[in-house]
Amino acid sequence: MSTYTQDVVSYDEALTRYDPVLGLEVHVELNTATKMFCGCAQSFGAEPNSQVCPVCLGLPGALPVVNARAVESAIRIGLALNCEIAQWCRFARKNYFYPDMPKNFQTSQYDEPIAFEGYLDVELDDGSVFRVEIERAHMEEDTGKSTHIGGATGRIHGAEYSLVDFNRAGIPLIEIVTKPITGAGERAPEVARAYVAALRDLLKALDVSEVRMEQGNVRCDANVSLRAKAGDDATAPEQLAVPLGTRTETKNVNSLRSVERAVRYEICRHAAVLDSGESILQETRHWHEDTGVTTSGRPKSDADDYRYFPEPDLVPVAPTRERVEELRATLPEPPAQRRKRLQADWGYSDLEMRDVVNAGALEVIEETVAAGATPAAARKWWMGDLARRANEAGSAVTELGVTPAHIAELDGLIRDGRLNDSMARQVMEGVLAGEGTPTAVADARGLELVQDDGALEAAVDKVIAANPDVADKIRDGKVQAAGALIGQVMKEMRGQADAAKARELILGKLT
Amino acid sequence: MSTVTDLTSLTAAQMADGLAAGEFTSVELTQAHLDRIALLNPVLNAFLHVDSEGALATAADVDARRAAGEELPRLAGVPIAVKDIACTQGLPTTAGSRTLEGWIPPYDATIVTRLKEAGLPILGKTNMDEFAMGSSTEHSAYGPTRNPWDLDRIPGGSGGGSSAAVAAFLAPLAIGSDTGGSIRQPAAVTGSVGAKPTYGGVSRYGVIALASSLDQIGPCARTVTDAALLHEVIGGHDPMDSTSIDAPVPPVVEAAANRDLTGLRVGIVKELTGDGYQAGVQARFDESVELLRRAGAEIVEVSCPHFDYAMAAYYLILPSEASSNLARYDAMRYGLRVGPDGVDSPSAEQVMAASRDAGFGDEVKRRIILGTYALSSGYYDAYYGQAQKVRTLIARDFEAAFEQADVLISPTAPTTAFRIGDKLEDPMAMYLNDVATIPANLAGIPGLSLPSGVADEDGLPVGIQILAPATQDQRMYAVGAALEALLAEQWGGSGSVLDRAPDVTTGVTTGASAEDAK
Repeated sequence: MSTYTQDVVSYDEALTRYDPVLGLEVHVELNTATKMFCGCAQSFGAEPNSQVCPVCLGLPGALPVVNARAVESAIRIGLALNCEIAQWCRFARKNYFYPDMPKNFQTSQYDEPIAFEGYLDVELDDGSVFRVEIERAHMEEDTGKSTHIGGATGRIHGAEYSLVDFNRAGIPLIEIVTKPITGAGERAPEVARAYVAALRDLLKALDVSEVRMEQGNVRCDANVSLRAKAGDDATAPEQLAVPLGTRTETKNVNSLRSVERAVRYEICRHAAVLDSGESILQETRHWHEDTGVTTSGRPKSDADDYRYFPEPDLVPVAPTRERVEELRATLPEPPAQRRKRLQADWGYSDLEMRDVVNAGALEVIEETVAAGATPAAARKWWMGDLARRANEAGSAVTELGVTPAHIAELDGLIRDGRLNDSMARQVMEGVLAGEGTPTAVADARGLELVQDDGALEAAVDKVIAANPDVADKIRDGKVQAAGALIGQVMKEMRGQADAAKARELILGKLT
Repeated sequence: MSTVTDLTSLTAAQMADGLAAGEFTSVELTQAHLDRIALLNPVLNAFLHVDSEGALATAADVDARRAAGEELPRLAGVPIAVKDIACTQGLPTTAGSRTLEGWIPPYDATIVTRLKEAGLPILGKTNMDEFAMGSSTEHSAYGPTRNPWDLDRIPGGSGGGSSAAVAAFLAPLAIGSDTGGSIRQPAAVTGSVGAKPTYGGVSRYGVIALASSLDQIGPCARTVTDAALLHEVIGGHDPMDSTSIDAPVPPVVEAAANRDLTGLRVGIVKELTGDGYQAGVQARFDESVELLRRAGAEIVEVSCPHFDYAMAAYYLILPSEASSNLARYDAMRYGLRVGPDGVDSPSAEQVMAASRDAGFGDEVKRRIILGTYALSSGYYDAYYGQAQKVRTLIARDFEAAFEQADVLISPTAPTTAFRIGDKLEDPMAMYLNDVATIPANLAGIPGLSLPSGVADEDGLPVGIQILAPATQDQRMYAVGAALEALLAEQWGGSGSVLDRAPDVTTGVTTGASAEDAK
C-alpha cells in the first residue's frame, strides 16, 4: 500500500467557497449471450482467452457484425432514461494504440449516439427528487483486460510483464453520459451515489445487465470541478451563470460508497489546490479504495485526438419507429414508482421500506406476497430469521433454499391455526435443512396444534387440579396468574396447543 | 508441348467440361499446372507459396467423388490461385508484407470456404503489392512479379501475382481484390480478364482489409465466361460481412452466354479518354467502340465532371481507412516482432513502434502517415469530410450517366505495362495508373476489364473497361462477352490476345521439377 500526501480542506469548508459540478460517465456491460460484434460467449470467470475468435482478437481479415440484441438493450436503456432514440446512427472508430485493444481502435459511437437528451429522476436520502440530465447513451465494445505482473502497484509502470485476457474484448458496453450536474451544492457526493444507485436499479429492472459493480459490470468515471460560490442557493441563476472550473476525471470507481467518497475527496482536494492559488490540472485520476484518496493518472485534454471516423465495416443502425415503440412497451415500471406503489400496497413504514430496499429483499417479498403471504409475514420472515441466517452463512437470503412459496405456505399454516409461532420456527428449521415443504416438515415432525378441544380441556382441568393455589388467585381476580397455568398446559400438550385457546378455557373455568 | 502442358491452355469452362466428360482427371489437370508453376514461377515470382500437396489432395477428392457418381459444382476440380490477401487456414498469408511473414491464419476467408466447397484445388497464394498498396506489385516485400509479356515489365498491381499467373497459364483462374483497380489494371496490362463486382457482392470476411469501404473481391481469368463462372462461386450474401448484399448473385454466367447487343446503349466517359492515354491504348479502345457500334449498340458520350476530383478523394479515403485497418499489426498477438535497438527491456509501445518500422515498407508507411494526418482533429473536415462529399458527387455522376447509357466504357489503364522501377520513385505517376478504375470503387459500382488488343507502339496488351450500375453486374459480363467474341472473330486463331504473347518458357531452364517451386 502506498501513502500519499495531498492537501485537502475539510468538506464543509470547501463548500463555503465553492460550488461543485459533476459529470458522470457510467459504463454498463450488457448481459447478452454473445459479444458486441461476434458470436463468442461472454460468461464471467471463464478461463483466460477461451472466449475469443478472429473477430474479437482483431485477426487480419476479420469483420464485425452488430449484435442485434445489444442494440435492443441500448434502445431500451435509452427509453428508460427518457432519451430520444436516433432514427439513424453509425458506429465510429476511436483510434489509439494499447496492447489490450486487439484492433488498436475501439468500435464505438461518436457524434451519432443511439440515444440522447434524456434524464433520470434520482431519489435522495431525505426522499426529495433530483433530476440528472442525460446527454447520451451509446454502444461500444470493451477492451481486453491487462494484468501487470511484478512491481509494487499493480499498474503498468514498474511491472515486469503484463498478461492480457481477451475474453473481455468485444463485450457490449453502453456508456451513459450525464450533462454537467449543477445545483447539487453540498449534496453533490450524495447525488453521485444516488444517481449510480438509481441507474443500477433501472438496469436491473430492465434485465439488460448483471449490474454487479464488484465484477465490473457497472463502472463509473466521475468528473468533478469546482467553481466560485455565488450564494447559498446552488440552483440560483447567478450561481448557474458562473463558468465551470477545470475538471478531473476519476476513473473506474466501482462501488456506490466509493462514488460518494471519491467525489467528496476530489471536492476537498480541488478546494485545497484552488485555495493555494494554483489551478487544477485536467487529468484522469485513480481512486484508491483502501486509503480513500485519488492519485494522478495521465493528463487529459479535450484535444485528445482519437481520429474518429465512421466505421466502414458496419452499416448504419436505423431502428424503425414501430420497433422503438414495441421496445418501449417492454419497459418495466420505473423502480422509484414501483417502490412507492408496493409500499402503499403493503402498508410498510418509510423505515421498513428503506430497510427492505437496502437489503435487496424487494423482489423476494413481492413474490412471497404474490404467493399468498401477508406483507407483514413476508417482511417478518425475510428481514428477520432468514436475513440473520443468510448473514451468518455469508450468502444471499435467496440462496438459503427457502422459496417465496415456502413462506406463503408457512404463513398459511399459521393463519389456519395449524401452527403457532414457535412451531413455525421449528418447521422453518426443517425447510432450511432440506426436509421438504413446510407442510411436509410439519407432518414429518408431528408438529400440529391440537385442534381437539376435549384433549385441551382435559389438560386444563388437570393443571387446575394440580395447582389449587394459582387457581384461587385467578378466582380472586388475579388474571395475570393465568400465564403460569397456560405454560403448564402447553407443557402437558407438548407444545402442540393453541395458547390463546388454553387461556380462554382457563379463564372460562375460573372466572 | 506435352499433352499435360496442353491442359493448361484450356479455358476454365473447357477444363470443367473435360473433367465432367472424363477426358482427364483433376489430379492430371492440377499436376499440369503445378509443373508449369515449377517451371515458370522462379522467373515470374507470381506465387509466394505453392501448396502442391493441398491442391492435389483436393483434386484427388474431387476425382473420387466424380467417379462415385456424385453431382459436383461446375468448377469442381478446376485449380485456382488465391491472392495472398485472403486468409487460408493452414497456409501462409502475408498480404505481401514482411510484418505477416510466416503467419498462418487459423481460419478461412468466406471466399476460400466457398472455393473449397465448390471443389477448386487451391494451387497457392499469389504475390501482391504490400497490403494491396500499389499498381505494379513492386511494393511486395517478397520481390516484384514479372509480366509474362515482357519480364522487365510490371504485371500491374496490386494483384500482379494473380494476373501474371493467369496470363502465363500457371492457373486458369485466380482471386483478386480491387480497391482502386487492383483486379482490372493488372488484367489490362497482362492481357487477361478481371472483374470487380458491385461493392458488397462478394464477402470481404477473412480478406485482409486495405480500405474497407472500397475493397471488393473478384475473379481473374482469361475469358469473360470464366470470370463469370468464378464470380458465381464466390459471390452472394455472407452474414459474417455486414456490408454484404443480401440478394442472389446477379445472373452473370447467363449474361456472358447471351451476347446480343442490339439496342444496348454504351456510354463513353468523356473524362476517361483522350489526353493522358497512350496512343495505342486509345486506338484499341476506339476500335472496340467501332465493333460495338457495328454489332448494334448505340454509342453515346457521357460526362462525369467530378471524376477530376476522384484521384484526390481516393487518396484521402484510402489512406484514412488503411491507417486504422493496419493499426492491428502491432506485434502483440501475431506477426513480426522486433525490439528497438539498444533498449534493454523495452516497453510494449517501443516494441510496437520498432516492429511496425521494420515490418512495413515505404509505400505502406507513406499511406499510414497520410491517413493519420487526414483524420486528425482540425483536418478531418477539410480532408476526409470533403473526400466523402466528392464521393457522393461521383456516385451522382454515375447515376446521371446510367440514365443515358446501360453500360459505360473506357480504357482500363492509361498506358500499357511500364518497366519495373520506372515509377517507383514517383508515387504520383504510379497513382495515375488507376485514374480510370478508381471512380468505380468510390461509387461501389461493378467494373470489368478485358483485352482489346495490343498497342502498336510496344506490342503490349491493352484493356477495355466496362462499368455497370450497382447490382447490375450481369450487364458488364454480357457486353464483355459480346465484345470478346467480336474481337476474337477479328483476331482469328484461338481468339485470345494471349496468342500474341511471347513464349515465356523460352530461355527458361527445362527439367525443373515441381519440387523447385516449393
